[in-house]
Amino acid sequence: MKRSTFLKGLVASTALALTPLAVVAQSGDPIIIGEINHYKRMAAFAGPYKQGMELAIEQINADGGVLGRPLEFIFRDDQGEPGEAVKIAEELMTREGAVMLTGSILSNVGLAISSFAGEKGYVYLASEPLADGLVWAAGNKYTFRLRSSTHMQAGMLAEAAAASGAKSFATIAPNYSYGHDAVAAFKTALTALVPDATFVAEQWPGVFKIDAGAEVQALERAKPDAIYNVTFGTDLAKFVREGGDRGLFDGRTVFSLLSGEPEYLEPLGDEAPEGWTVTGYPWYDLNDGPGGAFVTDYQTRYDTAPRLGSMVGYMTVQSIAAAIARAGSTETEAIRAAFEDLPVSTPVGDIVFRAADNQSTMGAYVGTTALKDGAGIMVDWEYKAGADYLPSAEEVKALRPAE
Amino acid sequence: MEFFFAQILTGLANASSLFLVACGLSLIFGVTRIVNFAHGSLYMLGAYIGYSLMQVLPGGLGFWASILLASVAVGIIGILIEMLVLRPVYRAPELFQLVATFGVILVIQDLTLLIWGPEDLLGPRAPGLRGVFRIFGEPIPKYDLVVLAITPFIALALWYLITKTRVGVLVRAATQDREMVGALGVNQAWLFTGVFALGSALAGLGGALQLPKGGADLLMDFTILTPVFVVVVIGGMGSLPGAYLAAVIISVLNVFGITYVPQSTLVLMFIVMIVVLMVRPYGIFGREEVAGEHGQVGEPEDPIKPASSRIRILVAIGLAGLALLPLYGTSFSQVLAIDILIFALFAASLHFLLGLGGMVSFGHAAYYGGGAYVAALLVSHLNTPMELAFMLAPLGAGVAALAIGWVCLRSTGVYFAMLTLAFAQLLWSLVFQWGDVTGGDDGLVNIWPSDWLNETTAFFYFTLVMAVGGIVVLRHIAHSPFGYALRAARDSKRQAEATGIDTHKVQLLAFGFAGLMGGLAGALFVFSKGSVFPNELEIARSFDALIVVFLGGVKTLAGGVVGAGFFKGIEETLLRFEYWRLVMGLLIIGIVILAPEGVVGSFRKAVRRFSGANEGDRT
Repeated sequence: MKRSTFLKGLVASTALALTPLAVVAQSGDPIIIGEINHYKRMAAFAGPYKQGMELAIEQINADGGVLGRPLEFIFRDDQGEPGEAVKIAEELMTREGAVMLTGSILSNVGLAISSFAGEKGYVYLASEPLADGLVWAAGNKYTFRLRSSTHMQAGMLAEAAAASGAKSFATIAPNYSYGHDAVAAFKTALTALVPDATFVAEQWPGVFKIDAGAEVQALERAKPDAIYNVTFGTDLAKFVREGGDRGLFDGRTVFSLLSGEPEYLEPLGDEAPEGWTVTGYPWYDLNDGPGGAFVTDYQTRYDTAPRLGSMVGYMTVQSIAAAIARAGSTETEAIRAAFEDLPVSTPVGDIVFRAADNQSTMGAYVGTTALKDGAGIMVDWEYKAGADYLPSAEEVKALRPAE
Repeated sequence: MEFFFAQILTGLANASSLFLVACGLSLIFGVTRIVNFAHGSLYMLGAYIGYSLMQVLPGGLGFWASILLASVAVGIIGILIEMLVLRPVYRAPELFQLVATFGVILVIQDLTLLIWGPEDLLGPRAPGLRGVFRIFGEPIPKYDLVVLAITPFIALALWYLITKTRVGVLVRAATQDREMVGALGVNQAWLFTGVFALGSALAGLGGALQLPKGGADLLMDFTILTPVFVVVVIGGMGSLPGAYLAAVIISVLNVFGITYVPQSTLVLMFIVMIVVLMVRPYGIFGREEVAGEHGQVGEPEDPIKPASSRIRILVAIGLAGLALLPLYGTSFSQVLAIDILIFALFAASLHFLLGLGGMVSFGHAAYYGGGAYVAALLVSHLNTPMELAFMLAPLGAGVAALAIGWVCLRSTGVYFAMLTLAFAQLLWSLVFQWGDVTGGDDGLVNIWPSDWLNETTAFFYFTLVMAVGGIVVLRHIAHSPFGYALRAARDSKRQAEATGIDTHKVQLLAFGFAGLMGGLAGALFVFSKGSVFPNELEIARSFDALIVVFLGGVKTLAGGVVGAGFFKGIEETLLRFEYWRLVMGLLIIGIVILAPEGVVGSFRKAVRRFSGANEGDRT
């Protein structure tokens, strides 16, 4: 390590210690935020997400930035490795001068950063990871989460399932935490609404290792009224193909988590399933209001349609900008306090980061799948506000570790 | 009954792709002795190329032509890989080529991403074969039946090629004793190229043929790799009938497993593999590795000797520089140093097993991750103080290694390697599946060191002492009588036993000790990161260490440590670029070709050649 680097480090750490003063002193300097993601490993998801972020950054900086300073994001790839993400988090905070952290799609990486942030006292906004534990069992006061969690989306589908009148259900979910959480949440919510609902089969294919033919046969054998599906990506494609060919979906209602998101629906092309009740993102129907404005801006900027990830990326930047503006400084404690009960105006409407569990009230679009011009879309959809599917502040208190 | 029949048909259809890929791998291994990790990448390329061709060529004819052309194209790619990457390193030490194939994986991953983009591609349907036939009332997809019918023809054609033609005679001869084949005047280079091309073409065929049942995506290279290796090992490496039988067994069992024990999807095939290898240590139709492989390929190893005083001074200066890091470095440079030290210890423990013991473990992450999990479980379930958990972690890993080693040491060579892999996978599945205790893939979080170590600098010194201490102990043991016995067992088991060494006991103890040291690295890891996830038990982690050890130099004592430092440093720099995998892959291939004895080995050789005058003194 060279002497000049040492001096730079010294200057940087002094500057960090005196941040509130520095804000006044050097108002032109950018506010740096560290963004950690699996750009390579999950390129299909991280790409649109990053584009959404960049769109928001451009818009905010064009309007004069935050606290009179431009926002600057440092994007770093963690290869989808939790240990690597923790190292990068440290580097971003201590060497790059980031004021807070954000990012991650995978739940395990999100949990690793969250644990680290809680220990070191850095603010972390988990943008995409869905795991319930992030804000509950493993929650801490420095970690906030934007996207509607597994619990919330499963609750929305359970409501639809209860209304459908089906009594016997079969579930198929990838054999890892997200799948387990999603099935457990669906079961709990459905049993509360329909006490005599029964679950006649549970299938657990390995994630991205589905043996679709065998899974479909096993589900068919249980003869359920309805099927609850949590598989996604290539597993979903194979499941839809085998299930369609073998007539598994004939005369059955299917409730399917996330399948309405363009990320998962588009690759299916004209083989997208019809009549499934799904959560997703019907950007093609959003013409006016903040949601429509986002779609237009995004299409103008990138000449391509937004994915759900694009909107999450956009909302992540909006939330961070709102928090820093509300904090009035870039000091960690001020940003953390500002995130509590922070209202943000976003493309899905106004959301709030609940102080009780640091979860935002971003909801989800629930609708039915259909085919139009050889592509799957969502019809008869409705936006469900996230707040209605979250446990109350008291229930949450019991779920979170004492602080 | 109808249901069973349908189940078996589904299983057989699944076996087809698996067989095609597996028999290619088996052929390549049988003749060239190369464990081709890039085989999954060739399968992936087959799918992508087939997909692109199907977009251009219309109709039923176009569909089948695309599959054939994709297979041919992958065969040609195989020729390129063999000639450019593998041919220069056939003379390198045993299994060194697998590192080169790992470089190929990285290159193909990035090139595929560049050419076809990140989106999953849904495979086109086979024209005229959409929908199902009803057999005994059970729906069976038409395409399944077609694939089911095609595979035996391919298998028969291969069988004919291998048993009835001159090429086949040569291939079989080379499988049994390639040196003799060379001595009889057969051009080995072209034989190897030909077999590699055939194996690649079969992988490509498998990839293209599965398109109507799935598609092409960037993860499929690794997804297929484990089942294919399991099939090849169960069948017996180099045996085609074995590969077919094993593919059928695995696929059919899997179908029934899914029906009756839906949670079994992660572990089933590894359990089958362990059971088969317990009964038949060389697979169903495999043969004990023949005496032609006796001793080691490449130049004989120098006897190890204590480091010269010059090197000792250099190392001491380096360590002093490291110890003073907190005085001149940033807090992040200490974090980086902690990461590298932990990885160096992990690599050194594998190097001990691999270099000194001659036991190639593909599953060393089991002890690294195992140690991390022992510590994390103690802290999160029993509120064990950090200090105690830290001490118990390596012990737990060591005990696990003794138990696993006891089973694995029944086999040797590649079968030993695959057994260690199977156990590592089993442990991974256990941790992954047993969510109530281990947290599943959501892992265990908030595992932080005690207050006196919680500052970065304090933990840095702690890691420095532990990691350097561990490496010194490993090095010391290499020079002890135990180390000599271990090397004797590696170089010639029979002679070692004749001198009264209980080779089995020595190897088992070494296995346990390497596990213990791996566990120590894992314990350091979990307290430095504050959390642990099943990633630390994954195959990828085992391979990280394996690659570093090979590239550092198996036959040099410092290989593991130097390799770890060297590659962590490079990775740290490369990760900032978008196509870092491409560069990393090319770099690995470059080192394999230019420095076949590893960084340390080749460096030493260069130094020796440079000071050639001294050569006469050494006898």
